Amino acid sequence: MTEQTTATAEDLAAAGADQLPPPKTFAGRYLRNLWTANTFTVTVLAVLLALVIGGILIAISDENVRATTSYFFSRPGDFFSLSWDKVSDAYAQLFKGSIVDPTAVQAAANGTGKWERVFFPISETLTYAAPLALTGLAFALAFRGGLFNIGVQGQAIMGAVGAALAGFLLPLPVGIHLVVALIVGAAFGGAWGFVPGILKARTGAHEVITTIMLNYVALFFLGWLIVQKGVQDPERSDAISKPVDDSAQLTHLLGFVGPSLRVNLGIVVAILVVAAVAWLLRRSTFGFELRAVGLNPEASRTAGIGVGSTYALVMTVAGALAGLGGATIVMGTAVSLTGAVIGSVGFDGLLVGLLGRAKPWGVFFAALLFGALQAGGNRMQSFSGISLELVGVIQALIVIFVAAPALVKTVFRLKPAKVSGLGTGMSKGW
Amino acid sequence: MANDDISLTVEPGEIHALLGENGAGKSTLMNVLYGLLQPDEGEILVDDKPVRIRGPRDAIAAGIGMVHQHFMLVPVFTVAENVMLGAEQTTGGPVGFLDRRRARKLVREVSDRYRLAVDPDRTVEDLPVGVQQRVEIVKALTRDVDLLILDEPTAVLTPQETADLLEIMRTLKAAGKSIVFITHKLKEVQAIADRITVIRRGRTVGTAAPDTSEEELASLMVGRSVLLRVEKGAAEAGAPVLEVAGLAVNDDRGHRAVDGVDLTVHAGEVLGIAGVQGNGQTELIEAIMGLRPVVAGSTTLEGRPTLGLSTRDILRAGVGYVPEDRSVDGLVKDFTVAENLVLDIYNTEPFGTRWVIRPDAIAESARARVEQFDVRTDASGQAAVGTLSGGNQQKVIVAREFSRPLKLFIASQPTRGVDVGSIEFIHRQIVHERTEGTAVLLVSSELDEVLALADRIAVMYRGRVIAVVSPDTPREEIGLLMAGVTTEAAGTAKDGQSDD
Repeated sequence: MTEQTTATAEDLAAAGADQLPPPKTFAGRYLRNLWTANTFTVTVLAVLLALVIGGILIAISDENVRATTSYFFSRPGDFFSLSWDKVSDAYAQLFKGSIVDPTAVQAAANGTGKWERVFFPISETLTYAAPLALTGLAFALAFRGGLFNIGVQGQAIMGAVGAALAGFLLPLPVGIHLVVALIVGAAFGGAWGFVPGILKARTGAHEVITTIMLNYVALFFLGWLIVQKGVQDPERSDAISKPVDDSAQLTHLLGFVGPSLRVNLGIVVAILVVAAVAWLLRRSTFGFELRAVGLNPEASRTAGIGVGSTYALVMTVAGALAGLGGATIVMGTAVSLTGAVIGSVGFDGLLVGLLGRAKPWGVFFAALLFGALQAGGNRMQSFSGISLELVGVIQALIVIFVAAPALVKTVFRLKPAKVSGLGTGMSKGW
Repeated sequence: MANDDISLTVEPGEIHALLGENGAGKSTLMNVLYGLLQPDEGEILVDDKPVRIRGPRDAIAAGIGMVHQHFMLVPVFTVAENVMLGAEQTTGGPVGFLDRRRARKLVREVSDRYRLAVDPDRTVEDLPVGVQQRVEIVKALTRDVDLLILDEPTAVLTPQETADLLEIMRTLKAAGKSIVFITHKLKEVQAIADRITVIRRGRTVGTAAPDTSEEELASLMVGRSVLLRVEKGAAEAGAPVLEVAGLAVNDDRGHRAVDGVDLTVHAGEVLGIAGVQGNGQTELIEAIMGLRPVVAGSTTLEGRPTLGLSTRDILRAGVGYVPEDRSVDGLVKDFTVAENLVLDIYNTEPFGTRWVIRPDAIAESARARVEQFDVRTDASGQAAVGTLSGGNQQKVIVAREFSRPLKLFIASQPTRGVDVGSIEFIHRQIVHERTEGTAVLLVSSELDEVLALADRIAVMYRGRVIAVVSPDTPREEIGLLMAGVTTEAAGTAKDGQSDD
């Protein structure tokens, strides 16, 4: 019955869409398309909605604003004007910290400020975005193959470990050293992805369980490794590894403008890899198999595609992508391994992958957005005194709204899209 | 739009057949009556009074009951427990013990009154399909409904079970109940209906009397006259292509589903496998295709053993395969028509290599095949296959399998859920392929389809081929075979049925 009713419900929905007369003007058609619940609109509205709720949180978490609520009914104006000041200031700092600070531009143009300060926000955004794009891809690619890769964090940790070891253990010439370290990082991450992949293929062990467990293994392996002789920095007593050799550090792209501009080759690697994954999905034989298996493993098996080997390969490639993400951190910004060297870039990758709707360039833009929130959040914290955790809340809200398109559609009263694919995309795989 | 301005009137004590192709809107209409869908326009009158039905509860209150195509029973519950589910009676006041005794009594009463022969204490999963269906009917009748909707009730039944069901329907009718009988099988309609309403593309296209001829009903359904029989010459059987010997295969639960099957399919003939669904046909075909492990026995293709080969090896050896469940096993619904047309050959020339695929070559070939196989979609083949109708989806699979040279063509339920026009087309393609010298193995639970296409018919029952007969064998005899009654055992036929 369920089958039947859904089928007929779809028919009815399709019929409903057909009923509407097509708008005559171009603008009319454009607006209809925009306000139909397509993926782009929902994403933009989800970001908007998250910022609105974030604004409410900023307002009510402020002591001065809360003080005005005691006399809200006698002078409500105070409450609103204070709230507005607080929220607009916070979001202004968010913008200045992630994109550009107009006063810095003016100062640089007048000759009173340094150009370094103009490029600093965008440099920070790109610095944060590069590993996020790679870990986001690691989740997205597996997702397209029908797998929930919760192990991005562990794979990224192993990638960082591999890159760091190659970075300070192998005495290699400039140029080659960098490439080798990246490859070793990808290989470590790939191996960490291969394990759940082959377990799924051979035994049917669910990848969600195995990857979560492997995250812990990787984390504690890292904790053990960095206090071992030959790895730990001999000049330090705390748990930190030797720094990666200069020859294996990712070049700072804007180093000539100023030393604080951290943006490095990592973002170039990320863009190249995004392009490569986009090509892989669309044009390669493996990409065809991956998509087919991800959408319908039974039909793929019936058509002679090796579903198990595809799973194993997908997880290996996804792990390698996550490993590259970890590698760019340790070779770009962190330089030494510590227990928290990659932060939560693996887990954030899941959010980025979902927000990017598991499409390579979508993931890239989602990574830019998350990178910008991260960079802007730092400034917001120091200038407006708003905790960085709020950024985490906003990021999570965005993803919740994206993952629950029905909610956004209801809030904004969007028309049902004929082919939305939102809900199905997010809910399948389990 | 699934239903567009449909009017339907059912008189008391009438069996009203609702006839239409799959996708014509029959089920939608009934789901509206049963409250599962809401109408955009129009109204429902019960006893001349308008009612508003928001869900199954309202429908039952208005005296409308429904037996779904897929049964809504809890397999591990007994018949009585299933019947009381949703209308539980309790004793012991606020404590609320389930009153099983009353439920059992009720089942027994209803079962006796309408001669349904349902035992309230049996566990549902142990009952044959036909009896499970009667449990559904009991369930509806205990809710005191006056109108019973039966949605494709005979799709899962043997000919004998179908005859029993028709008898029950007559009993119900005699007791004053009205029945809406949804089907696309013309013979049943003629046998039982008092009136026939034909639906096509969501519209009522006519009301007919039961003595209307099959051809007339079919053309009403499809909107033009259809060839019900496929024109084909005599088979010129050549050398054996597929040989299956002593094959034993287990089903998903580890029970023996195929139990020592021997079969030979020759070049240039259609071997049809008749049988009620669930007698091992699915597992047999999956084993031949390398999709299911084989417990014992052997399969050979042109003398070469195929056991242990991967599905891809078997396909590439020249086997074409139309799987039973097209939406699960046959197509990737979110892929385009073009992509689905190369689902098993995407990495062979000219469509691709070990490393890359060539979207241009895939698109070009799609354009040609969409036209050749009359797939109704946009000509470029770039629409997602899931947006096509069932018949056109099936044509995509057939087109895919017929676009490479074949030695053996295996088709499982090739026309299930397919409109009459597409059935005709697919049948002609199969016969054409046979005439070209391909060996064809056809599995169908529609006896008419097997009769129309096969040159020899193997009847499967409980995992065995119990007889191989010629298509000239009378329907009734094959029907008995499908129920497991061989000619030697014909005398005990009745017993075999009842404790089935």
